[in-house]
Formats: sequence, structure tokens, C-alpha cells
Amino acid sequence: MSDRKSPSEDAAEQSSSPQNSNNVATGISRRGFLKGAGITAAGTALLEGVQVFSREAVAATHSDVKELGPGAVPVTLLVNGKEHTIQIEPRTTLADALRVHMGLIGTKVICDRGSCSGCTVLLDKTPVNSCMTLAMDARGHHVTTIEGLPQNGELHPLQTAFVKHDAMQCGFCTPGMVMSCAALLEKNPKPTEDDVRHATAGNLCRCGTYPRIFAATLEAAGTSTRNA
Amino acid sequence: MATTKITPAEEALLGAVADAATPPPGTETVMMPVGIPGYTLHQEARQIPTTQPPVLPINKDLQYIGKSPKRWDAHAKVSGSARYTYDIQLPGMLYAKFVNAAVPHAHIVSIDTSAAEKLPGVKGVYVIQHLLGGAVLRDAALKSKTYPTVRYAGQPIAAVAATQPHIAEEAAKLVKVQYDAKPFVVDLEKARQPNAPQVFPGPADQAGTAGGGGGPHGVTQTGNVHGPAIHKVGDAEQGFKDADVVVESKYSTQVQTHSALETHGVVADWKPDLLTVWASTQGTASVREELAAFFHLPKSQVRVITEFMGGGFGAKFGAGNPGVVAAQLSRQTGTPVWLMLDRKQEHLSVGNRPSSDQTLKIGAKKDGTLTAVQLVSFGSAGCGTGAGCAGPATNLYKWAALHTEENDVFINAGPASAMRAPGHPQGAFALEQTIDELATKLNMDPIDLRDKIDENPVRRVERQIIRESALWKSRNPKPNADQGHIKRGVGLSQSVWYRHINMNSAAEVRVHRDGSVEVLSAVQDIGTGIKTVLAQVLAEQFGVPPEKVSVKIGDTNYPIGPNSGGSVTTASLTPAVRDAAWQASQKFLASVAPALGTAPDDLVLTGGEVHSKSNKFQPITFRRAAAKMDTDEVSAQSKRIPDYNKGHYDTYGGVDVAEVEVDTETGLIHVKRIFAVHDCGRPMNPSQVINQINGGLIQGISYALYENRLLDPNFGYMVNPNLEQYKIAGSRDIPELHVQLVESYIGQSSTDASGIGEAAGVMSAAAAIGNAFHNATGVRIRTTPMTPPVVLKALSKAPQRSETA
Repeated sequence: MSDRKSPSEDAAEQSSSPQNSNNVATGISRRGFLKGAGITAAGTALLEGVQVFSREAVAATHSDVKELGPGAVPVTLLVNGKEHTIQIEPRTTLADALRVHMGLIGTKVICDRGSCSGCTVLLDKTPVNSCMTLAMDARGHHVTTIEGLPQNGELHPLQTAFVKHDAMQCGFCTPGMVMSCAALLEKNPKPTEDDVRHATAGNLCRCGTYPRIFAATLEAAGTSTRNA
Repeated sequence: MATTKITPAEEALLGAVADAATPPPGTETVMMPVGIPGYTLHQEARQIPTTQPPVLPINKDLQYIGKSPKRWDAHAKVSGSARYTYDIQLPGMLYAKFVNAAVPHAHIVSIDTSAAEKLPGVKGVYVIQHLLGGAVLRDAALKSKTYPTVRYAGQPIAAVAATQPHIAEEAAKLVKVQYDAKPFVVDLEKARQPNAPQVFPGPADQAGTAGGGGGPHGVTQTGNVHGPAIHKVGDAEQGFKDADVVVESKYSTQVQTHSALETHGVVADWKPDLLTVWASTQGTASVREELAAFFHLPKSQVRVITEFMGGGFGAKFGAGNPGVVAAQLSRQTGTPVWLMLDRKQEHLSVGNRPSSDQTLKIGAKKDGTLTAVQLVSFGSAGCGTGAGCAGPATNLYKWAALHTEENDVFINAGPASAMRAPGHPQGAFALEQTIDELATKLNMDPIDLRDKIDENPVRRVERQIIRESALWKSRNPKPNADQGHIKRGVGLSQSVWYRHINMNSAAEVRVHRDGSVEVLSAVQDIGTGIKTVLAQVLAEQFGVPPEKVSVKIGDTNYPIGPNSGGSVTTASLTPAVRDAAWQASQKFLASVAPALGTAPDDLVLTGGEVHSKSNKFQPITFRRAAAKMDTDEVSAQSKRIPDYNKGHYDTYGGVDVAEVEVDTETGLIHVKRIFAVHDCGRPMNPSQVINQINGGLIQGISYALYENRLLDPNFGYMVNPNLEQYKIAGSRDIPELHVQLVESYIGQSSTDASGIGEAAGVMSAAAAIGNAFHNATGVRIRTTPMTPPVVLKALSKAPQRSETA
């Protein structure tokens, strides 16, 4: 998981602006809120435009703050180069938005807590666990799922290499694996096997196809033609 | 490759030539390839039905079978379009969620579902009346008269269906369960004590599944100890007296969970005339069987669909609680219901590999001959049975006398189920280290000893390949030879699995006038690649590339397919498919003969061309000939016929060598390399076979070093029901793997295919690592998982006896 950072972590780091000092005063952190939002079923709201998340804090914030939720709200996401406007509750994860609301079933939720990377998608060029990312936080980013990897109807060279090396068995981890390896190749076009192992360190494959995944990724990068 | 001299015993096995007398009516005598190319390949006679296709030559003489075309559904899997049960979305579908027991042992006093029912979006609530899985009391009078007794934390009690997953989740929390908590026990040692809390109030037995597992029925039960199941051959006591050397040791292994990435679950759609169920299963047939029985429906009114499934490893047979509960909720609500377990439930409630505490004693003569093998095992399958692990001790080597006693110990934990080679990783961990210990005592090389006591002719060849390998040659026979704190070692272990055939294996093959061909069977592809193999069988028959063959499987609307457990799928189904393809091809020739101006018996379909034996016309392609069919379609259905020479060649195996580095300061074991030599009869698709063996070895390493279901003794809960604290080998834990296949023809069916799932390294990896650990350190490690604390504890004890002779 070493290279991973959820966009909400990014946002949390940015949230310590003076404007939000009330946030500190109420003792409610964004992370704490998100955690609560994932557990409690209703009765909370997300605010647009600021990183303040308690009802007590609402009065102290700027008057044009727009309150979203807890009911469904329209959200527009840019997924695989196409804009999708969906009606979702603000607490909806990116994984659920993709799978349930857009029918992009390639993304798999396996552990539902960020420890298996089966749900990996790209946010711009960064691999993220979509089960740990709020759909709202994906606004303004390019989201790429496994369905978006092929270009002009042709499989991505990495996908072709996965087919050639039979880098799959049951196939349930495959979309997440491909996305992690695709992100690696974006960042590092000439990886070593250690780089591939590092990039997939968060991805679980229970069938044990790892050797094929390493070989496929190295071949797609042109750094090795070794067959596993 | 060099030829090996075979022993008289092997000769008898290999040379069992069928009776030369006139074959019975309806059969003919054919010669089939038998043995290992480069070593023992020869021809043997078999009497087979005259309706059987011609004998299939060995792989090197075939175009598609025995080659490695790309996985038939690889494109769907790699592009995300493969639709698993988990992905099924139907109009108006409800999402269901289980209510699980919060305590490990209790009578349920009352269940109040009113608050859940009132929650907006909730459409149905169902309280479980009849729980599936786990052992069942022999005396029905002892059963709870109200709700099923809670025997483990996480046991499903009820379920809620709602319009959204999160509403179902919230509603499940609103179901109020009043428990009358009872004392519980989750520790095997404590459960064996006379005063331990009783998991069952009387004797209880568990049925096995299509994938094996389960335990013996009707054995004695004392408290929580179900057993022993005793198996005696010869006089073991006398055998130990006759022995020159006796080795006796205790081994213990942990509980492992299957942790398939797609959890158990179904989508059920109950309509008045048809119950349709999408299921993540290893057996569409088994799901239909259980649903039909549970709801008293004719099987013809239950349809099960499994187009893609995300791993099973033995735990996914039958409908189980998710299946019947989803069907019930769909029936109640008149709406399709989606019920997939969450990760925690997957760990707790749908199976695991039982633990073991084994005492293994082996006696041998100076020349290595085994005079007696004695195994006493206690293992826990939770509130189920099936912890027996005597398979390897019973079946791997030749002995003069055998005495095994297997005991199941009930604890308040989820019931076990079959898991890839049930009982064998546990048993091999003890047996294969004991055999090495014996070799040391006898001052014999570990391979020499195995050559002496292992009668299997294929493993003999595999050991020879291992013996000649650079990795084995690099082994220092003297243990603990490295001076630094990082010590290198090399060790080996063997595997054994059995030829099981599921006769419920059938298929239909269709040929269309446009030259397209398709195969239909209810069999499911659990990731092992049976779709590809079936495409190869048709490709070989019709001369069309495998990717052009339509493979329609995973639907009980098609002819019945085998449940995929115990390495049966390829061995059971491919002969039926080849028979159907052959018969369809004969019908095809009959269909085109008139248009070609000849008789059907003048025609031959070979290499993708139709030939006239009497040269009436130049060969034409299959596709062009198909255009001349007298109907739009011809088809043939076939079912599995019994093995040609039943009872012979009934095991598969493998020999694996592991190289490890042990850090004696941190206690970390680093598996650097594994060289694995395996057989699975005729490898139908070598690449897919090797992929499975890679996976078996990796699961074996994971079992050996990492995985462990941990139960809190104070509260009875599993403390690591997730995928980060339940540690599974990941990309950085994978050693360099090198797999070599040994083709081994046995002349048993029209494809002569066998299976690989179980004998794929999963049973031998822990033992090979154990033997390599001893070679590295001079110390025996007798506990899995071999975590740093276990390693450091083992190293802190001076070896009790020198094994270095």
C-alpha cells in the first residue's frame, strides 16, 4: 500500500487553513467524520466548499456554503473520459458509484477496507482504493477504471500481456492487478521485477498467479520477455 | 531424457495388459499409450466400447490438446466484463444482509424483528429455522425446539432484505436477539478436558461435500472428542518391535480459512414456476440439489447459473445458508434478492481447513523398509468434523503395518469444510519431516530412502529429475553448515492425491451449417480453466482454433456437469465432451455425405478437412463441408463412461524442493526458490496446469508461514476476520518458482486426462520448507505457521537429539 494515498487524505492535509479553525475547536476531524459516516447509516451531512463537517460548525462558516445530503444529490464524475451525472448520497463510495450507479462492474470490492486493492482505479494517474474513496472526492479528477483502459477498442498492451502470460485464474483480482500495474507503467515505464512486486504489494491474488503477473507486466514494459 | 529401469512392481502396474481373449460384444480391443514419454512410455491393450472415439495420441502428436492456447475467457477477465455472481444486478433487486450471532454459544430466547421491519426500505425479514453446515446431533430429541442453538460467534441467525445494501445493514442491526449464553470453549486442548463446556449435548456428525471433507459417522464421542476413527492394517505393535530405528514426534498445525476473493453468495429469483439462482459455487449441480431438497421443489424447477466465479478452494458446494435464505427472501418478497457475504462472515461461517495436533511414529529396518506407521491425531473443525489427516501417512509409502486414530475435537467456532487436499497439508507436514528424520537416523539420503519405500512409478521419475537438478545438488547434506546468522537450507517433500471420477459429467456438442461449433455443459469454471480445455477438445475434433469454439457452461439448463472438487473436473468431463464431439462429427459426416455424392463411411474429418477415403473429391475444409449439411444443426450428447481400466493408476503426485534462508536473529524464514516436479496424467493445457501449481505452492507457503485464524479465548471471537491481520502471502513473499510437468499416460478414457488441483504443491510446501529449515539450522520445526516467534522458540531449544548421524 506504500504508494497509495486516498484523495480524502490529501484533502485532510489541506484542511488546516485558518478559515477552518472552528473545525479544530469542535474536535471533529475529517478523518473521524469519514469513519463515522461509514458506520452510521444516516443523519449526517457533507458540506460543499469547505472541510468542516459538524452541524455546530455550520453557523460559523461562510453563508454561501451549500449543504449536501444526507439524501441523494446529483454528482458529476468524469469516468473513462465520459461525464456521468448520478444521484447518490454523499456518503457513497467511489466503488459503489462506479459499480451500482454506473454499472461499471469490472471494479471489485473484496475486503471493503483497503487491504486487498481489488477495487483499484486511477484518480488522474494515482491508483486509489475506490472502496476507501468517497465518490464526492473524485469530482474534478479523471477516473479510470478497468473498462477505460483499452484505447479505440484495442486492449491496453498490459491487458494483452496478461492474456498472453495467462496472468489470471479465477480473475476476480485481475482488474485491480491490471490497474495497479498500469499505474506503475505510467510512472515508471521501465520497471524491474522488484518494482512490480512493490506496485502490487497491496493486491491480493488468492489463486496465486503472481509469477505470471510479474512476467506480463515486465513484458508490457519491454523490460523482460521471461516466461513464468 | 535418459530411460529409467523400472522395478518388477512397476512392471506389474505398467504392464497390465488386458485379456487377449475375444472382447465382449459391443467392445473392441485397442492399444493405448501408457507411461511417461522419455522414461516408460509403451502401448497397452484396453477393451473399450465400440462407440468410443479413436485413441488419442500423446500430446506431441496433437494440434490443440496438450498445447497452451490462451485462456478462453481471458479477454472478459482482463477487461472487466466478466460477470460474477457478485456483479449480477436485476431490476428491482433487493439486497440482503445476515444477522449474526454476537456470542459463541447460546440458546436463543427470542428474536424481535419489529424495528427492522419498520425501517423504510426494508421489504422482508427471515429468521433461520434450519441451519445448514456444521455437525448435526444424532439424537434429534436433543435439538433445540425453537431457534437453532448458537455454536459460534458469527453464526447466521436471520436475514433482512432491503432496497439498498446500507438499509439492509442498518436493519440487520435493529434485529434484537435475546441470548441465554452458555459456557464456551475455543481452544482445542481445553476442549479435550473432561470438564470442558460441551459444544454439543450429545454425539453429532457432519456430512462431507462434493469436494471431500466431512468426517466419519457413528464413531464414539466422549465430551467434545468425536472419535477416534481407527484404521488398522497388520500388527503395528509387532512392526515397532521388528524395527531397527523408530522416530516419534509431535506436530501441530493451525486453522486456515479459504479466503476466496469472491465471497460466498447468490442472487435468487423465485418465480412461481422456476427458481433461478446465480451462485458463486464449485458445483451448479450441488446448489440445485440442495435447493430442490430444501424447498421440496422438482429439480426441473430450479436453475443455477455460474458464468464466472471468484475462487472456492473447496468451500463452495451446495446452496448453504446464503442460498436458502436468499431464495426464501425472494419467495417472501416476490423480488430477486442479492445476498453476498461480507469478508468477516466469509472467515467465520463458511468453512476452513481444520487444525491438527499429531503424534506420528514410524519404525524402519536398517535398509529403510517401513515396519510400522502409527498416527494419532486430534484436530478441530470447529462445530463440524473433518479434521482427519491420515491420508499421506496411509497412502504415500509402503509399510508393513499401519495404525491410525483420527479424532475431531468440537470447539465453538465455525464449521470446517473441504479445503484443497483436505487433511493432506497437515498430514504431509508431519509425515514428510518424519521421513527425513528417519533418513538421517538411517544415514540415508532423503531421496534414496523415498526410492526405497515409495512404490509410485511416476514419483520415482520425479525424484530422479529432482536429484539431477542444480537446486538439489546445491544442498549441503550436513545441516546447519552456514556460519553466519542467515542460514541457507534445501529440503523436499512429496504429494499424493487420488483419481476420483464424477460420473455426473455430461455435455452436448452442436455443429451448425455455418461451420460454428459449440459445447454445452452445466460445469462451472472456478478459475482452473475448464472452458479453455473444453474448447481445445472441440478444436482437436473439428480442426477449428479453440478461440472460435463457443463454450457455454455454468448453467443447469445444459447437461449436468461435475462439481469441481477433489481434482475431478477435467478427468471427469473431458471424455464426455470428446465422446460428444466425436459423435457429433459422425452425424455431421452423415449429414454432408449426400451433397458430397458419397456414403458417410467414405468420409473422414481430420485436421479441419473432410477427406474422401476413395478420393471421390479433393479434401475440403470443415467450414465448406458444413455448408452442405442437410439440416441447420446436428448435435450429440454424451455422458461419462467408467474408466477403461478402473482400479489401476489411481494416484497423482509431485515432488517439491524448497530453498530457504533462515534469519536466526529475527526468526524470519525467506523462501527463495521452489523447484516443483508434478504429474497430472495428460496435461490438457500445460500453461494452465503450471498456473495452478504455482498457486498451490503459493497457498502452501502462505499456510506454512503466515495464515492463522486467531480466536480470543476470553470472548470466543475471531480477532482477525479481515485480509490484513489474517495474513496471506502477497507479491513480495513469492519465491522464484520453477515447475516441471511429467506427462504420464494411464489409458483410462477417451482423453486420458487427470486432475491437478490438490496435488499442486499445496500439501507439500510446508513440509518442504520444514525440511529445508532443518537443513539450514539443524533444528526441527514442528508447528505452523512458522512465524518469527515460532522459529525463535524452536531455535532456542537445543536439538533434543542429533539428526546429523
